Parts: sequence; C-alpha cells; structure tokens
Amino acid sequence: MREKETTIYLGPQHPGITGNMMVKLKVTGDTIVSAETHVGYLHRAFEKLMEARTWLQCFPIVCRICVPEPDPNEENLSRVIEEIEGREVPERAKYIRVLVLELSRLATYLLWMGGQSGSMGLYTMPQWTVGDRDYILDLFEQLTGGRVYHMYIWPGGVRRDLPEGFGDKVLKVMDYLEKRLKDYDDLLFNNALFYKRAKGVGVIDKAKAQEWGVVGAPLRGCGIKHDVRIDEPYEVYDKLNFIVPTYEGGDVWARAMVRRQEFEQSISIVRQVIENMPGGDFYNKIPNPLNWRVPPGDAYVKTESARGEFGYYAVSDGSLKPRRVHARGPAYVHGVSLLERILQGANIADVSFIMNSLGTCPPEIER
Amino acid sequence: MAFDIKGILSPFKALNQMGKHPHTVKFPYEEKVTAPRYRGLHFNDLEECIGCGTCSTICQNKAIDMINIEGIDPSSGDTGLRPRVDNGRCCWCALCVEVCPTGSLSLTTDYIYVTEDADSFLWTPGVDNPEGKEKKSFVSDSEHSLLEYARVPMRELEGSERVKSFAEVVLGYSEEEARKEAERCIGCGICTDNCPVHMHIPEYINAIAHGNDEDAIRIIYDNNPLGETCGKVCTRRCEEICAISKRGEPVAIRWLKRYATERAANEEMVKEIVNPTILPPNGHSVGIIGAGPSGLTAAYYLAMRGFNVEIYESKAHAGGMIMYGIPKYRLPLDSIDKQIEYMESIGVKIHYNTMVGKDVTLEELHQKHEAVFVGIGFEKPYSIGLTNEEAEGSIQAVNFLRAINSDKHVEIGDKVVVIGGGNVAIDAARVSRRLGADVTILYRRRVQDMPADWEEIEGAEDEGVHIKPQAIPLELITNENGRVVAIKYANAEMVPDPKGGRPRPKIIEGDEHIIETTAVIGAIGQEADYSFISEKIKSQIEIKRGRIVVNESQQTGVEWLFAGGDIANNRADAISAIADGFRATKGIEKFILNKEN
Repeated sequence: MREKETTIYLGPQHPGITGNMMVKLKVTGDTIVSAETHVGYLHRAFEKLMEARTWLQCFPIVCRICVPEPDPNEENLSRVIEEIEGREVPERAKYIRVLVLELSRLATYLLWMGGQSGSMGLYTMPQWTVGDRDYILDLFEQLTGGRVYHMYIWPGGVRRDLPEGFGDKVLKVMDYLEKRLKDYDDLLFNNALFYKRAKGVGVIDKAKAQEWGVVGAPLRGCGIKHDVRIDEPYEVYDKLNFIVPTYEGGDVWARAMVRRQEFEQSISIVRQVIENMPGGDFYNKIPNPLNWRVPPGDAYVKTESARGEFGYYAVSDGSLKPRRVHARGPAYVHGVSLLERILQGANIADVSFIMNSLGTCPPEIER
Repeated sequence: MAFDIKGILSPFKALNQMGKHPHTVKFPYEEKVTAPRYRGLHFNDLEECIGCGTCSTICQNKAIDMINIEGIDPSSGDTGLRPRVDNGRCCWCALCVEVCPTGSLSLTTDYIYVTEDADSFLWTPGVDNPEGKEKKSFVSDSEHSLLEYARVPMRELEGSERVKSFAEVVLGYSEEEARKEAERCIGCGICTDNCPVHMHIPEYINAIAHGNDEDAIRIIYDNNPLGETCGKVCTRRCEEICAISKRGEPVAIRWLKRYATERAANEEMVKEIVNPTILPPNGHSVGIIGAGPSGLTAAYYLAMRGFNVEIYESKAHAGGMIMYGIPKYRLPLDSIDKQIEYMESIGVKIHYNTMVGKDVTLEELHQKHEAVFVGIGFEKPYSIGLTNEEAEGSIQAVNFLRAINSDKHVEIGDKVVVIGGGNVAIDAARVSRRLGADVTILYRRRVQDMPADWEEIEGAEDEGVHIKPQAIPLELITNENGRVVAIKYANAEMVPDPKGGRPRPKIIEGDEHIIETTAVIGAIGQEADYSFISEKIKSQIEIKRGRIVVNESQQTGVEWLFAGGDIANNRADAISAIADGFRATKGIEKFILNKEN
C-alpha cells in the first residue's frame, strides 16, 4: 500500500528544549519528507528593547536571551562594551568570569543530558542531572545572589567578589560531579539503547557544516576542531590547559560524545581557575550609570557558549543608550536552517531528540 | 561504547541510586535556606530613605514607582515619597540597590510570596514587610555602589601663596574635571527644594555632564542672574541635602555652576548665549534702592518683562555686599563687572553715588515710579560693646572690608585680633593676613559652633590665621596716645543651656589673658539703616528684630513698597537675597498690572 503524505504540526510545546517553537512536518508514514520551522511564539525582541534602555539597564535583559545558559550573554555584553570603551578589566575579574562561564557550561550540559535522554524516554537521567545541577545553582546563588539569572558579569568586571571559602565549595562540587560522571556513563553514555538511537541520526554533512555556519559541539562532532576559547582566546583561556575534543560522524551520538568529554575538560578548567585565582580588584568601576555614555564606536566579540560560538555586535553613537545590539547565537542556525535540512529522512520520534542535540533555544532565535 | 551486552546491562546500575536522599529541597516539607547574598524580595529602611527616586529611575522594568506613605511627610532633604515595587514586574536584578545613594534599599532572603489578589503584588518595601530588616541579604555598601562618593577635588592656591596677594584662591574645574564631577549627579532634584531660588540644579548639571555648557548657562540664568557670583560664594544649602552626601561628599553644585558661568568669558558672550527675550517697554516704571543681589535680581527680571527699571546705589560701584563685603580673593572685581555690565546691557539703569534719604527721598521715588523695591542690606555694624571701642585701632569688619575692596589703605599694623565667628570675621581675618599681619580670631564658643562655612574656616587656618575659641573679649587696652595696643579676654567653658539650646560659654573666673595687638576688628554682626524711611511710612510697615516684614511677594505694609535681601530675610546670604528679588519681580509685576486693570 502506498503511504499518503500527511502534515503534522509538532509543537509549539516540545519535550527537551527550552522555549516554544513549532515544526511543521510533512511525513509519509513515520518518515519526514520535509520540515518547516515556525518561530514567533515568544517574540521577545531583546535587541529592540535594548535600544530604549541605558547601557547598564540592558544588563538584566541579556541573560534572558538564553534561559539555561545566561552567562555567555552577560559576558558578551560586558566585553563588547569594554571593547568599545577601551575599559580594562582586572585580572581577578577575568578569572572569576571564566569560573562563572565554565560552571555555566557544566550546568547547561547537565540540563542537556537530562533533555537528551528525556527526549528518548529515559526519564531517570533528567531526575539526576537536574538534581545535580542544583549543586551548581547553589554555587551561583552564593556567588551572585541569583540561581538561574545571575546578572553578575557586568562591564568592568564582576559584581561582587568571591564569598569566603567559595573556592573550596566549588572544588567539592567538582569532585562530586566527577564521581557522578561514572553514573551518567552507566545510564546514558554507555547505554546501548542510547547508542542505537543516536548513532547515524541527525547527521550533519562534514563538508557542508562550516558553510552552513554550524558551530560548537555539532561542528566538533563532525570532526572539525573549532572553539573560540582556543582559536581566539578571551579572558584568561590562553593561560589554562584544556583540550578541545572532536568526534567523527556528525550525528547525535558524536555530539553527545563531544559534550561528554567537554564536561570533563570544564571540571579541569574550573579547578585550574580556583588554583590560580589572583588577588586584587574584581571590578573596574563604571561611571554613574545614569550618566554613563559609551563613546561612539562599534565592536564584535564572541564567546564559546555550551551551544557554540556566541557573538555580540554593538554600536554606540555616544549616547546613554546603545544604538544597536545584535546577538548572533548558534540557535538560529542550528534550530532553524540546519534543523530543516537534517530532519529530512528522520523519524518523527527523533525530532525532539535531534533538536536537543543541536542546542536549539527558541528564546535566543527570537532575541 | 557500542551496541553490546555491556551497554545493555550498564543502565541497570542506576538501581543502586534508589532510596538516596536528593540534594534538592522537598518543598513545602523542607525550607530552603538562601545564601547570604541572595536577591529576594525588597526591603527599604524607611528612616534612611530620602525618597530620591533613583531606584525608580534605574529600574529597567519600570517596576518601581514612588508613592506617599501615611506618616512620612516631605521635609528638607526628604521628598516624603517611598518606593513601591511591583513584584509582578520585578526581575530582582538589584540595580535599584546598587544605585541607592543612602543604602536604604536592599534585597532580602525572603523569596516566597503567594496571593490570589493581583493588586497585592504591589509592595511598599519596609511598610509591607517590616520584618525584612532582619533578613537583608543583597545590600550595596559604598564599596560596591555604582555611585561615586568622592568629589573631584578643587584645585586651590597653596596657603603660603595665597597670603601674598588678593588672587582668587579657588582655581576652578577644568572641562574634564567638571564633566567628571557632573557625572556623579543622580538627578534626583532634592537639592532644588533647599535652594532659596529653586534653581534648576539637576538640569544644568546634566547639561554640563553631557558637554552642553551653553545650555547649562541658559538654565542657570533662567532664575538667577548672578549665577557666577553664586558659583563662587554661595552658601550652597543645596549641597547640604544632596542625596550623595548621605554616604559621601555631595556633588560640588557650587563649583559646577562656577564652571558653567565662567565659560562665558565676558558680558557679550553671556548675552549671546543667554539670548534673553526682552519684552518691549510696557510704560511702567520701578525704582530699586540698593544694587545688591536682591535689587539686581529684581531689576534684571523686571527689565526683561518690559519695565523701566532704575536702581539707586549709594556707592560708586554696584554689587552691594558682594562687591564691598566679600574679599576679592573669593569674588574678583572683573567677575562682578561682567555680571553688572550684562545686566546694564539688557536695560537695567543704575544711578551710582545716589543716596536715598540724602540725594533723593523715598517719597520722590514713589512719585517717579509706580513701585519701589528696597534692598539696602545690613551695613551698619553692631558695636562690640567693650571699653575703648572708639579708640584708634579699633575697626569694624564691614567698614574694613569695604575700604579694602575700594582700594583704600587701612592701617592695621602687624598684629590683628578679630572678634567674631561668622563669615565676615573670617573674611576680615584672611584679608588682614594678606596685608601682612599676624591674625588671631577670638570667638566665644567652640570652632564647631562657628557660623562661618567650614571651608572658610579651613582656608583661614591654611593661611596661618590663629583661631582662639571659647575666648570672651573683656576690654581694649590703649596706650597714652589713645591707640589700641592690646585686648584683654577671658577663657570660657561651655555649659549646657538651661533652655535646652546649644551650650553657652561661661567665663572661667581668673582665667584672663592679654594679647598685644595693633588693631582690633569687630565682626559680630550688622543691622540695617532705615533712617531714609519717613516716620509716616515706618508707621505703616512692620519692622521685627531689625527686619522688614513682607508677604510672599516681598510686599511690605505699604502696597507700593517691596523689600528683599538681608533686611527681609534672616538667612543673610546672596542666594536668599536673589530669591527675594526673584519673588519681588512677580509681586511687583502683579501689583502694577493689576492696578492698571
């Protein structure tokens, strides 16, 4: 019997990704013939909102561009302003920023592990990783006063110094996570069912990956070594020892393996940062924020977020408010144009699975 | 890692996690203990808060508005308003905390608020959660605050350099310094309430901060034609209540005004920048007695409104006390000239060397003008009440300063004693230092009780003036030629005032001393000379404690007679006189134009 082509509207609620978007699928049987992404359910217009706010008022907004991983946004906004202004950042603040960014990467990967396994029906994993992520959120709470939205990295450095005994607490959590990694391996990464589900699914063509603008773990999962932390080091990444893992295959499995190894690398980076944390100031104070004018100019900065290269372009006309801030995140490329391509030929059950492996983040698409 | 038997069995290891206590809090059975730095619900210390509204300004969610609270009334330095937070909009970024100049606003460890009533999301921190005081967590101390609490220091001549001449002591801000200082302002406008003229302080500081000096000049001249004088010698009540002063040094409002007004180098530039709209002559005429700050202000704004304004000044130069009372190292002559010439250029007429009561009578002025404004100031010094006060070598400070400011020579010798603790006493002492004398100030009370500006007292000390507090003069000792050669004084102790006032000095019996001196300068206050007012008019106006009683339009008991400046307010400073002149402008205009109708 010849199967008839059917249209399925998947979403806007999805398991495994944060935020809402819809994918319109044309399927024959269980196989996807074509996919069309529909965003617009959030319409948050951060970039436009920033044009109506003073430079410092933008800072509580940008973290909301990506809910699970807000810190690269704070880092980018701070660094793009510092770049235009020529503002120096104290060495201690740079180390603290790297600490925050790596803790954020770990927290994001924990959430991803939960999402990735949850989207294939393995619900024990999210219970664990979301619980373990709380250890990191506790650290964030002690450091920044906030658990999810930290609003901590800001122009000139960071907002508050490390609290008393914070380094030891961080190291304890790192030891715990390292130990837990074994359990994660048992349940997810060594799980034959996960291998079976992930291998050969959602394959990105290595030859096309860079042309399409793929970044982060999806690109490294194609065997291409690309990481802003190594390629164009910012803050103090050039003083830290870590490797950038790559994996061949370009499928969900390869991306998972890359992230699994990066998890270990981040734990190592956090330890190095705590060990080498210099003393001194943590903040090079900006002028009174009500009268703070950033000199005219523009700049582009980029950060390696857990989902890949994340860039900010900002233009100042010398006034109290930014003329334009543009956030160039990986989600648009991964979650819209790339997703539409690689869903072709996939199964319906794999849609969420693939979306999760790409780090799709609708709030960032609708920045 | 492959599809094999190991990979199939491996997940079952998860079973060994069963029964383990999770790290996450089992809400509501367990309470989450938040971090010491947690950003939870707001708390506001209502006593500390001054209602400046900076929290509301910085809030990017517009979650904070300022509301009246029952029991908190507006007062000097407090708007009486307090922030109300819409917890439905707040994102707990705590920028409001970081910019709170008083440090009254903080976030607490509380984070749970459940309600069915959407309106109750509007919270007035401190009112709705008084218990929050014990739960403050995210606070901004002055180290973390985003505001700048240290003032850009003003450059001054060294003390040893100053006494060599009458050169201006304060050197003024450079452009860069002024911008930096102006940037400190949070624009709350609390200062304007305390300014007698209610100058548009946040507006002109904002203009300076953003490099629009000419705008700043225009804003200043909007209600103060002697901005440059105030920029140099104002008593700056504004700075006393500056929000930043709660935890740091107030914004240097006076120095910023000085900076802005000095950008216009001469009267032509002032005229070009201010570009005042002068109404065509309206056929009415106003006479003003005394070209002091109050008279000049009234004259300036009346002239702009089309009145024919004539000032009658007894001396050869306009300015009154700012010309003859303030030493030139504080307010140079060319600065006064610039301001007076600008006023004359817009139509203010000044009859110099015309003494009302001698050259022309008040009645004659009334016949010539429809209204008369009196701003004659306090020029008659109080007697110091000591024996031999009339002897040669005993001088009154106002006469001394007037003579020096008129380039006359006054013989004071090399050892001067000044009696008094006000700004006039300090001025006389510092001028005497510049004339080469050793100077001692005798003051009845303690240094902290001196009515003079602390900056003036410090300046005097830097220049080598010796201040002898708690010293009560007893008599002047003269030699055989009748010239003062010494002063006898007694040390005093401070005793509490039985009426509950400030402590009073009481002579310590037997603790008397004599200082040799070549001149004694008395500076214990002045009064007005009302001899030019006829008895008939005097009977219609009320004079209370030496001051003419006026209404809110500066009008006296005689409807055509208005008064302002020292003779009408007890603040006795230039800015209050300017305020009187400004108010009188409106009063006189209303009086004349109403009469016409």
